[in-house]
Amino acid sequence: MLVPLWPLYITFKAESQPFLMNERIQEKLSILADAAKYDASCSSSGAKRKNENKGLGNAEGMGICHSYTEDGRCVSLLKILLTNHCIFDCAYCVSRRSNDVKRAAFTVDEVVDLTINFYRRNYIEGLFLSSGIFSSPDYTMERLVRIVKKLRTEHKFNGYIHVKTIPGASEELIAEAGLYADRLSVNIELPSELALQNLAPEKNYQEILTPMSQIRDGIAQNKEEKALFKKVPNFATAGQTTQLIVGASAETDLQIIKLTDSLYQGYGLKRVYYSGYIPVTDDARLPQVTQPPVIREHRLYQTDWLMRFYGFQADEILDPAHPHLDLEIDPKLAWALRNRHVFPVDVNTAEFEMILRIPGVGARSAKRIVAARRFAKLNMETLRQLGVVLKRAKYFLTCQGEHQPLIGELTEQQVRRQILFGAGSVRSALITQQLDLFAQAS
Amino acid sequence: MPLKPIRRSTTALAPAAPRRAGAPLLTAAPRDYTYDGTFEGLLTVLFTVYDWRAAPNSIQPEATAQVGLFAQPAHRETDEAQAARVWEGLLKTMDQEARTRLYHVFLSEDADREMLIFRYVDLALRAAQDIAENYANADVRRVQRLAQMMFREKHRMEAFVRFEKTQDELFHATIEPDMDVLPLIAAHFTKRYADQRWLIYDRRRHYGLYYDLTRTDIVQFENPTGRKSTDISATVLDEREPLFKHLWRAYFDHVNIPERKNLKLHRRHMPLRYWKYLSEKQPREQRFEPIQNKQAIAGKEVSAGQKQLPAPE
Repeated sequence: MLVPLWPLYITFKAESQPFLMNERIQEKLSILADAAKYDASCSSSGAKRKNENKGLGNAEGMGICHSYTEDGRCVSLLKILLTNHCIFDCAYCVSRRSNDVKRAAFTVDEVVDLTINFYRRNYIEGLFLSSGIFSSPDYTMERLVRIVKKLRTEHKFNGYIHVKTIPGASEELIAEAGLYADRLSVNIELPSELALQNLAPEKNYQEILTPMSQIRDGIAQNKEEKALFKKVPNFATAGQTTQLIVGASAETDLQIIKLTDSLYQGYGLKRVYYSGYIPVTDDARLPQVTQPPVIREHRLYQTDWLMRFYGFQADEILDPAHPHLDLEIDPKLAWALRNRHVFPVDVNTAEFEMILRIPGVGARSAKRIVAARRFAKLNMETLRQLGVVLKRAKYFLTCQGEHQPLIGELTEQQVRRQILFGAGSVRSALITQQLDLFAQAS
Repeated sequence: MPLKPIRRSTTALAPAAPRRAGAPLLTAAPRDYTYDGTFEGLLTVLFTVYDWRAAPNSIQPEATAQVGLFAQPAHRETDEAQAARVWEGLLKTMDQEARTRLYHVFLSEDADREMLIFRYVDLALRAAQDIAENYANADVRRVQRLAQMMFREKHRMEAFVRFEKTQDELFHATIEPDMDVLPLIAAHFTKRYADQRWLIYDRRRHYGLYYDLTRTDIVQFENPTGRKSTDISATVLDEREPLFKHLWRAYFDHVNIPERKNLKLHRRHMPLRYWKYLSEKQPREQRFEPIQNKQAIAGKEVSAGQKQLPAPE
């Protein structure tokens, strides 16, 4: 599988350390990128790191996706593990101790050299560095810190750096990582403590939430200090994020979004990432599935957006009577169908908050509607040109007396069916496919 | 237009400031105008339109102008002073952002760009209030749309440039963007690669940006056909260049999750027309197969290659 393209005897003029064996470095990169790819975090935005020292890189703007893999996910950062050796045995993880896989470990200089050289060629926005746990959490974390420190201080690297903190690492090391990293993250891993006990017995919520609060407080304190003093070193200016695996344990979507909501509220997270469980090991504790739950994951992201950008509360979207997200329709449409009494909304007079709630009207369209109606009354055609998806929206709005059969005159099922199967309905190929698979399985 | 969390800002839209309507009526007979194809040239034409009070039938670059058999196009030489007056004067009817949008519309190379800019400016001059958000107007929408397309293309070029390092330490890249984005990406690359010499060459428009460690300039080659990035002979490349290209391809293949294969999404994000200069998407003999890190699930042979969804096409 590993084809040597470069003769082993070539030693290259190196910037930091010579690559004596390029075949080996390629093998390491293959193993350690392959093991890191299950972490869904991809963003490279939100940092406030300017290139002020005439060094390499600038991370002050919006994130950039430099490439996209064939699964449609973006490649923004060099996302690698320092090593996939691990003393833990988490059931859902490819790098678990008991898994029989090839192991590898980068040296500090190798990671630095790869990052710098990929960045110089505009392949990446920066580095996403995580690791399996070897020896001890502190030993591992210390290596991660050494890498980012070297990049920042010796190489004047101002690109984006996201460091995954190692569970159980000391407060001092996490604080030091925050000085060099733009973003820190601690993975909550699974949607409930029970699932964690079951699937990752060496981890517990306490060990995860403690560093999460530490980072939250560090960021808050840093902001206060910056308001008072000019020269304050940065501390994780792009904030912190987390990730949880969906579909490896039995939690309902309601439990998941409640957890998400409490993480956003309680820990000020920038993002919660949902990673649909991909079967990687044969373990009786794990569900036997062949497909990752990509639609469920997608619906969770839509819900996440509704909570962050559309003013929805978690318990409006799901409640104990409806604990799961509808896979066929998006959560905003599902909410609207359950709350038909608040529709139709008159786009020429309604509050912005209410316009945001119309299915088929996104944040951008809602803003445009509110701006444009100051000039002239809007009609259906203008709405379409503004970017409103009338296929869904037409059941829920009126403008200047124009409307479809009023929502009150149709049942939930009628509207649902018309949107899903009526004229002009285009269903995602992926959804059709996966729903077919469900149908076959049952 | 990045989204902002709603929790943090619920500020209501400020009402637009009232504007005075004041532009001379265009009472003279409409004319066909030609200019030299530069933005300053177009601004000079706009100056002339209001100076002569002669609305344009058409505004076209002289080099490619097509006018009726008996039409007498009025050619306007670029006048820096007049252009500057128009450029400054625009701020009386629109904010900086809206004015910049017009420049972006110009760079978009849209077939109707000159007349669209004229119509937008004329509308702004005569409107009682700021028209930037009057999405009910087709020209306002078109300007917004082109500016948005321009922004996307600019953002793509910040992402899809791939430098190759040469022996003399120059980082070289070739692009063929849909629109004329080089002026818009100069600042981004200058800030980012402050400590390396680089050259980004637009092969379609035959000019480039060159940064020499102190400043970034617009450059042209003597040979106007330009060079394709792959034309650079391997001998002038840095000796480690093939290694990093190889490693990048290895990385690109290995971060893919075959179980989630979704080529439609892949192509939506990274349209085919950009692949030409993306080293990871070049046709190549070697593809890196996923690491066999899955433990066989009882009774089923689960290897990464077999579990793919069929390509949704």
